[in-house]
Amino acid sequence: MATEAHGAEEGGLVFHPMDQFIVKPLFGDGPVAWYTPTNVTLWMAITILAVIALLVLSTSRRSIVPSRGQSVAELAYGFIYKMVEDVTGKEGLKYFPYIMTLFMFIVLANFLGLLPMAFTTTSHIAVTALLAMAVFLTVTILGFVKNGASFLGLFWVSSAPLALRPVLAVIEIISYFVRPVSHSIRLAGNMMAGHAVIKVFAAFAAIAAISPLSVVAITAMYGLEVLVAFIQAYVFTILTCVYLKDALHPHH
Amino acid sequence: MATETHATNGEGLADATGVASHSADAAPGMPQLDFGTFPNQVFWLVVTLVVIYLILSRVALPRISAILAERAGTITNDIAAAEDLKAKALEAEEAYNKALADARSEAQRIVAAAKADIQSDLDVAIEKADAEIAAKSAESEKAIAEIRAGALEAIEEVAKETAAELVTAMGGNADAATIDGAVSARVKG
Repeated sequence: MATEAHGAEEGGLVFHPMDQFIVKPLFGDGPVAWYTPTNVTLWMAITILAVIALLVLSTSRRSIVPSRGQSVAELAYGFIYKMVEDVTGKEGLKYFPYIMTLFMFIVLANFLGLLPMAFTTTSHIAVTALLAMAVFLTVTILGFVKNGASFLGLFWVSSAPLALRPVLAVIEIISYFVRPVSHSIRLAGNMMAGHAVIKVFAAFAAIAAISPLSVVAITAMYGLEVLVAFIQAYVFTILTCVYLKDALHPHH
Repeated sequence: MATETHATNGEGLADATGVASHSADAAPGMPQLDFGTFPNQVFWLVVTLVVIYLILSRVALPRISAILAERAGTITNDIAAAEDLKAKALEAEEAYNKALADARSEAQRIVAAAKADIQSDLDVAIEKADAEIAAKSAESEKAIAEIRAGALEAIEEVAKETAAELVTAMGGNADAATIDGAVSARVKG
């Protein structure tokens, strides 16, 4: 953050770190209506193609001894399957396809966003908020459908002293409703911050004296962003599993 | 759990606002907060998620789980087959050892029988030889005794003749009967 502020003071440099996030129509220059094919559409379509390439094409030979691509697909499957099973238990496994959908979309969108000139769909609050709200609403409705009114026991910490329980209940309720906010902003914020910082470093490369340092900094940030891209997808997915567990077993 | 959520939430917010305040003076606002693009993003996101869900639940996940199940089955079968073969190998080894032990005891039995046969043959032969030896030695002893008796008689005869000659040579004229009686008496001692 300090380097960014410093950079902004230098006169000749042009900083547009946020331009990469602008939603533009693919054809023409008109307004963005809800159906307009935009760069969002393009990169989401590429994400779908990546899912097909990774999970469908690579497993098309169904070999007992897997090829490299099939190994990756099996690893991804096993990773999420085990996560769902460990966190939510056996009865959570029927929601595995939904959680796998979330994970594959987020992790591939994050990685594809790291390609030069790419548009990062998961850096937008609109996208992550929809994902988080979908999880929040699904889990809440599921909690009431499965447990009825006893789902409210989630907020009533029966292991705490009786006098503390109303206070804890208020805290629990607030934290419950903050979940979708933190869930969505964590992902979008991480994606946006990393990409913006890389862009700022890239602008410094215009100054010859600083440019080697700038390239090194971009490389380092890029490595960090690769890590963040996976970790944020992982965090989003495992939190979804935790929320699902709360819906299936609301009692502490 | 709750505190953790709050902490990470705060961090996310700090990141977001930090970048936002910076971008405010470099670029015209955050594209993320351009609400005009929200319907577009939401629409395409829903389309994307539905498509990915259909791909996963219809094709990818059943296929991968089938592959994993098949592999697990193959591994289990192979291990079972290996156990089977191992048991068979043990069985074969046992049978081999048993056959070896049988053959060894059979061989010992044959050796013992042969030894016994040879021994009895040997015993018969030795007995026969002993008997022959005994007969031969008895015969020889008899012959020796006869020879000895013959020799004694011959000595007496020679002595009588010699005595008669001696007597004649000395000028005596003794009749044969007297001389014979005297020699016989002397020889008998």
